[in-house]
Amino acid sequence: MEFETFYTDLLCVGAGLAGERAAIEVASQGFDTILLSLVPPRRSHSCAAEGGMQAAMGNTAMSEGDSTELHFEDTVKGSDWGCDQEVARIFCDTAPIAAREAAFWGVPWNRVVAGKTTYFQGGVSFEKEEKPEHHGLIAARNFGGTSKWRACYTADGTGHTLLYAMDNKVLELGITIHDRVEATSLIHDGSKCLGCVVRDLKTGKMRAYLAKATLIATGGYGRLYPETTSNIINEGGGHIIALDTGLVPFGNPEAVQFHPTGIVPTNILVTEGCRGEGGTLLDVDEHRFMPDYEPKKAELASRDVVARWMTYHIAQGKGVPSPYGDHVWLDIRHLGEEAIRTKLREVYELCHNFLGIDCTKQLIPVRPAQHYSMGGMRTNSHGAAYGLENLFLAGESACWDLHGFNRLAGNSLAETIVAGRHVGMKMAAFLESAQVSFPTQLVKEAVDKDARRIKALVDGSKGQEDVYAIRTAMQQEMMQRVGIFRDGDKLQSAVDNLRELYARALKIGLRSDGVGANPELALALKMPGILRLALCVAYAALMRTESRGSHARDDYPARNDRDWLVRTLAYWPNMEADLPELKYEPSSKVMDLPPGDRGYGKTAIITADAPKEDQS
Amino acid sequence: MSRKLKFNIFRYNPEDPKSVPRTDTYYLEETPSLSLFIALNKIREDQDSGLQFDFACRMAICGSCGMVINGRPGLACKTLTKDLPQEITLMPLPVFKLVGDLSVDTGTWFRTTNTKIESWVHTEAEFDPQALEERMENDLANAIFELERCIECGCCVASCGTANMREDFVGAFALNRIARFILDPRDKRRDADYFEVVGTDQGIFGCMGLLACEDVCPREIPLQDQLGILRRKMAFVGLKNIFKKHA
Repeated sequence: MEFETFYTDLLCVGAGLAGERAAIEVASQGFDTILLSLVPPRRSHSCAAEGGMQAAMGNTAMSEGDSTELHFEDTVKGSDWGCDQEVARIFCDTAPIAAREAAFWGVPWNRVVAGKTTYFQGGVSFEKEEKPEHHGLIAARNFGGTSKWRACYTADGTGHTLLYAMDNKVLELGITIHDRVEATSLIHDGSKCLGCVVRDLKTGKMRAYLAKATLIATGGYGRLYPETTSNIINEGGGHIIALDTGLVPFGNPEAVQFHPTGIVPTNILVTEGCRGEGGTLLDVDEHRFMPDYEPKKAELASRDVVARWMTYHIAQGKGVPSPYGDHVWLDIRHLGEEAIRTKLREVYELCHNFLGIDCTKQLIPVRPAQHYSMGGMRTNSHGAAYGLENLFLAGESACWDLHGFNRLAGNSLAETIVAGRHVGMKMAAFLESAQVSFPTQLVKEAVDKDARRIKALVDGSKGQEDVYAIRTAMQQEMMQRVGIFRDGDKLQSAVDNLRELYARALKIGLRSDGVGANPELALALKMPGILRLALCVAYAALMRTESRGSHARDDYPARNDRDWLVRTLAYWPNMEADLPELKYEPSSKVMDLPPGDRGYGKTAIITADAPKEDQS
Repeated sequence: MSRKLKFNIFRYNPEDPKSVPRTDTYYLEETPSLSLFIALNKIREDQDSGLQFDFACRMAICGSCGMVINGRPGLACKTLTKDLPQEITLMPLPVFKLVGDLSVDTGTWFRTTNTKIESWVHTEAEFDPQALEERMENDLANAIFELERCIECGCCVASCGTANMREDFVGAFALNRIARFILDPRDKRRDADYFEVVGTDQGIFGCMGLLACEDVCPREIPLQDQLGILRRKMAFVGLKNIFKKHA
């Protein structure tokens, strides 16, 4: 097998915000850096974060008195005490600096305008007054789950402007970008990571990249689910190559967040603002069903509660059938054309562009969709991977563990540039003294191994299973049994069914010829790995017999701090096995904010000192 | 009474010596709210597993899925079949290097051009992590954002007469990008510096004013206004340069 080889100090797998921010840090300190990306960096999923990034700047009237301490408390509570509090502290302290740095690099943050203005909440108008001494400083807007207005924003394109500013900086520094490539495995010697094997997605050719330090920043694993708001490239590619070493654990794979309102069929997010302004949810009979379940809050109950009732109601046969599966309706017609075309302009345009409907007169088809992966490959607070030296992770693919079991809105976007900056600094310090040798035989063997996998898929020598059919079956399994409502029986059958699918995934054969930039081959090559991730999520969810944050078990409705104030570490040490090995570690060494009530949601809590028989 | 859609799709795999450029035909039952994103994925999953095309965000913000749809460049993800006739012809964007079928390499083209026009904030200042941010008027921030909304999908470049004839023309996207930096006080370049970059036939003076770039822009960016402003500004700098030489 012939292949090209590239050498560098830092290899960044993934060029979204986290990867690029880290690369900038390291390259600025004089180290050679290569960025790899599935797509041109500016097309990364980071650009989809529209709303804002959390940073306690305290410049606006509604954020007066805000502090990194309050941001820390909101984050820990939001995580349902699943996060690492040392990391949450680093994050909250750094976020304002990262936001100002982004401004310095060209992000056109919206700014404070002195004087009185009105704002809307729950369809009611209020007045606020901005101070003249804060005029022109970075403004903030309101997001759910925070005690102050804290989300810095650029209109509806925050992720876009951040990503473009970051990629501009990458171009300025002359950092090498190789886009449209996919890492197929890590090269390692059992203790150190040496780089990775890569398939060129323009030509299909293989390459080896060898580096003193390797960073994985590849985003989440939303595409394990059929209904997800994620970009179509968020298939957990970075997780797969790290998990496959057998050395790096997948932290809290079961921690998956869902959003109540994705449009059908494309699962593009409809803002919560619709329900905030007074939008209602209707079933197949156009009956408003949320008050039946939540008489007080109805549609304004929290994200997870609304998503759960929607799923429940559809399961009762009250969904609206469609060629894309059952859904419910979001009705905003009664808000009036003027309100919709001004306050909810993006929703109006979204319905027009992607559904071809006029939402001032027609109902919007919606259903819950996967939204965020809190879990990721486990690292310490420097971003250094557990179990394998010279490997780092940052952003959604990492579990340094900022989010625990539930992520606050706006903390994900902030995390990308904060973690990129922080982990970048730690990697630069690491590179100062790093010495690595690259045994050529080891590199050749790693490339040959992936080349053999490709040949088997093209030849169909392992079997004739269809990769698309397997993916569809897996996604349905994940949505129906490892989705929003979880219980032991459903999770057990999900695990059983996923094991069967995994066996089939090992027997995939291509329908097409696999020549060049073949998309079927790209998917087939990672499909067994995607199923290993799915098995980690399902099995970890089955074993966690409590409810915490977005992990909601009907058979174990209480949060159990006595037995489960721990983080799941899922390992895949044996490639012949069809289940991960689970280990656990305490959620946080530091407990500045001890476990308590979140102040929202109505989960019962089994406290750490509760007697053992109190199990329910 | 749904329609049976007929898709004529350009096929060619440059990596396969046996491949010849051709058009393949596929049929698909039309379903409600069917977009080209859903349609192409269905065709790939059920009819032709090797079909190449690009999508990423599938919500018209990443710029991956530009293609020529019945003769007009546009984003496939926000094109609904109900707005098209029963027969739909899909071709890859011209100007960009073909990867295969409907997939083209926009990444390299935009990166090269962005580097050529130095699409970044130029400043001698160093970032001070302890300092308060420099103040900015909100109206100015919004004005910069309006021009920064470009997603580099390549539709303006593909529809441009000059770009189709001349490889070195930077295209409306780049001229809009320069207009964005001219607005931004953080970028310390002066008009004469911008003139060095776009005051040429490869830049603003290569534009023939055909307006197609603005017509096809999926973000509806007022490209012609920006090009007009830039043309006057650069012409003025050019005149000054001539007078300086003759003085």
